[in-house]
Amino acid sequence: MSALVLDGLTKRYGGFTAVHGASLRIPHGQFVCLLGPSGCGKTTLLRMIAGLEEPSGGQLLIDDRDITATPAHKRDFGMVFQSLALFPHLSAGENIAYPLRIRGVPADERRRKADSLLELVRLPGMADRPVSRLSGGQRQRVAIARALALEPKLFLLDEPLSALDAKLREAMQIELKQLQRRLGITTIVVTHDQREAMTMADLVVVMSEGRIRQAAPPMEVYRRPADAFVADFIGMTNLLEGEVTAPGRASVPGGELVLDGLPPHGRALLSVRPEEVLLHPATASGGQGSGQGAVANRLAGTLSFVRDLGASVEFRIDVSGREIVALTRPQDRPAVEPGAAVIVEIPAEACVVLPPEGGTAGERPS
Amino acid sequence: MIRRAPRSLGEHAPILFPALMLVVFFVIPFGLMIAVSVARRIPGGFYEPDLVLANYERFLSAFFGGVLSFSLELAALVAVVAVGIGFPFTYRLARLPRAAQVRWLVFLLSILSLSEVIIGFAWSTLLSRTAGITNLLVAVGLMAEPQSLSPSFGALLAGMVYQAFPYTVLVLYPALARLDPALVEASRTLGASPVKAFFTVVVPSQRNTIVATLIMAFVFALGCYLLPQLLGRPQHWTLSVLITDQAIYQSNMPFAAAMAVFLVLVSLALVGLSLLFGRKEEA
Amino acid sequence: MLRWLNSLMAGLIGLVLAAPILVVAGVSLNAKRSLDFPPNGLSLAWYAEIFTDPGWRGALIASLVVAALSAALAVAIAFPLAWFIWRWRAPWARAFEVLGMAPFILPPVITALGFLSFWSTAGQYGEPWTVVVSHAIFFVTLPLVTLSLGFGAVDRSFVEAASTMGADDHTVLRTVVMPLVRPYMISGFAFAFVLSLNEYIVAYMVAGFTLETLPIKIFNALRYGYTPTMAAVTVLFVLLTAAVFGLIARFGDLPRLLGAWIKPD
Repeated sequence: MSALVLDGLTKRYGGFTAVHGASLRIPHGQFVCLLGPSGCGKTTLLRMIAGLEEPSGGQLLIDDRDITATPAHKRDFGMVFQSLALFPHLSAGENIAYPLRIRGVPADERRRKADSLLELVRLPGMADRPVSRLSGGQRQRVAIARALALEPKLFLLDEPLSALDAKLREAMQIELKQLQRRLGITTIVVTHDQREAMTMADLVVVMSEGRIRQAAPPMEVYRRPADAFVADFIGMTNLLEGEVTAPGRASVPGGELVLDGLPPHGRALLSVRPEEVLLHPATASGGQGSGQGAVANRLAGTLSFVRDLGASVEFRIDVSGREIVALTRPQDRPAVEPGAAVIVEIPAEACVVLPPEGGTAGERPS
Repeated sequence: MIRRAPRSLGEHAPILFPALMLVVFFVIPFGLMIAVSVARRIPGGFYEPDLVLANYERFLSAFFGGVLSFSLELAALVAVVAVGIGFPFTYRLARLPRAAQVRWLVFLLSILSLSEVIIGFAWSTLLSRTAGITNLLVAVGLMAEPQSLSPSFGALLAGMVYQAFPYTVLVLYPALARLDPALVEASRTLGASPVKAFFTVVVPSQRNTIVATLIMAFVFALGCYLLPQLLGRPQHWTLSVLITDQAIYQSNMPFAAAMAVFLVLVSLALVGLSLLFGRKEEA
Repeated sequence: MLRWLNSLMAGLIGLVLAAPILVVAGVSLNAKRSLDFPPNGLSLAWYAEIFTDPGWRGALIASLVVAALSAALAVAIAFPLAWFIWRWRAPWARAFEVLGMAPFILPPVITALGFLSFWSTAGQYGEPWTVVVSHAIFFVTLPLVTLSLGFGAVDRSFVEAASTMGADDHTVLRTVVMPLVRPYMISGFAFAFVLSLNEYIVAYMVAGFTLETLPIKIFNALRYGYTPTMAAVTVLFVLLTAAVFGLIARFGDLPRLLGAWIKPD
């Protein structure tokens, strides 16, 4: 079974390249999040998929059929816009029935379909409500229902939840994911919110500067980031620069790390998640049986700042002039105060070896 | 729907009709008028194609020089008076509650769209002996006898300012409605009185708008074609009146066209200038 | 104090603006065939004469027909032009927009003379329909401006949303764009209608000797002596004009139409 295939999709505006040859294969029924900071090309890529931008190069295939030149109105995709784009001259029900109306579906059938879609998005009985009299969350649901009215092959959403407040946004993320699972529809969502992507996606596509940096399931993107950009963008991370001194050994500021997967020589870039960093008072020796190498993977530093985040405690430690962040659960909080000498323990299995800064697995960005 | 350059004939189709209409019924008449302006007049009201400059040479005479300078001076005076009253008025108007603004706008638009014929008639009635304001002055005992105030230069000026005023207000309105009220509020908190704030903040910040509006009002007043006939004396006739007179009553199309071409050049130069000032304001 | 001065200034300006019309309204009520103010006796006979006198009635009908047809033609020219400029990326089409603005900004005598040269060269001089075409071109600026504002106010994401739901260009125009720009189209029509109704010089130069519109009729009457009927017609015109603009204000956003909007960013 084939699916949506992006083959080197490129968009240039004059001298500026918004999307550099994006290639991706999206199987049926997947929930995909295009994730990246603003200006990374994710919306342009979505709009090319929708047929709202003409690619400057590359191909778009759905079930092995080339649709690169197919105009938007013949693609049969459903799309939710960032502004929602609900027609102000139509009621909620009429908005949802719009795609049916322009296809000549009779009024009573349209009405039935609109009502059942309103039920699907949990807005029963709202069909006659003018769009201007709906709340933000209700408008959201109407826009989703409208995009689903034709049972589209592909469901596209451009930052659909960005206008909602934080609480409602979280609830809608879960609801959207459940809806997608129930309908089994291939879905692509553009977002700049990594939590949102982690909540909903089967496949997270991280973009920056017009390029796809990594396309993988959420936990893989988190645990095995492809490069420094992804590691830094998805959650918080500590990036350590080291020098390979011997096979499986790298010296970093403040000490030495022993781990697998290092290059045979030269520089190495490592990513360590703050929650994997262990912190000990300098007086105590050894962790909870954390390893053989008593000196290796332990760096000496000074605690510079502590903040209580409620569910966790964040420590900032100065290690030979570089800052390392550690996160612990409140109940695991070591008895250290700012200014104290501490030992930072970095378990070997917590380190991800990244390609050197400024380059990815592929070519350098221009 | 992608917004890009149109490619096929079908995509160009919508503009064909408007383009054709504007070219046939505006560009061609305009070109014809230029052609007529260099045509040779045949006595009896006709002309034949030629390339003579005699029609242009004619306004080098003292008489047309006088008419031209009077037209320009009158238009300038009307523009200055209309903007002088219109600017503070529009500034206040743009700060009224919305419903009051709408009422004023309807009133101003109604007067703006009145025919010059009607404005001329109304003012000549207002200034006449039998129905004019002098009757009011007689009634309250300020005057012994009602008298006619028209035709006169004053009557002409009043009529033209009356006509140009709504136009001036509507040209000023967008700029003054968009003026950030925080500017004035800031100057008030810094100790400026409302009048001082108006003259030290509002007027200087709108200098280019004022210049552009002066020019637009000037061109508008230059186009006035009937009021000088109805409210003024023969020595108050302007270029626009003279063009009408030459074209219709003297049947001298080539000369009328030459004057019209000249008027176009003056107007276009001034409109270009006002656009330049308008653009500066936006920058 | 200042507030009081401001109200005084506004009141005074309002009074001066209204004065000529008030006097004319008074004159129109004269019982006798004289232009006296205050009126000498009261009568509505002069209003009746507009509709009973064949000359005045004919002129009224001619004016209304010319105004309705030319305003419709002006909208028919302006709509596709404004839509095209909004729909496609075609900077060259702006040249036609400038052409559409020009007749309104240039002194009217120039346009009038251009039409006079054109229609007499074309051998149609004096044909009543030439007034309709001339007025449509002369006033095309108004629907062009209102429609450009109207299209500019349509969020492009509406159009994109409609196209992702399967609407082609024509369907988008019919089902989404049209309903949203309709108020602007009606305003443009109304502006052109009112101004055509009041227009004198173009109508006079193009067909003044064969078609008598109301402004031409009033002007001719002015030259042969005043009658209170002229005053009555003037009042009728002022009321009609105010009514049309009142309707625009009632159903549309007049301040916005006249350019008083704040840029969204």
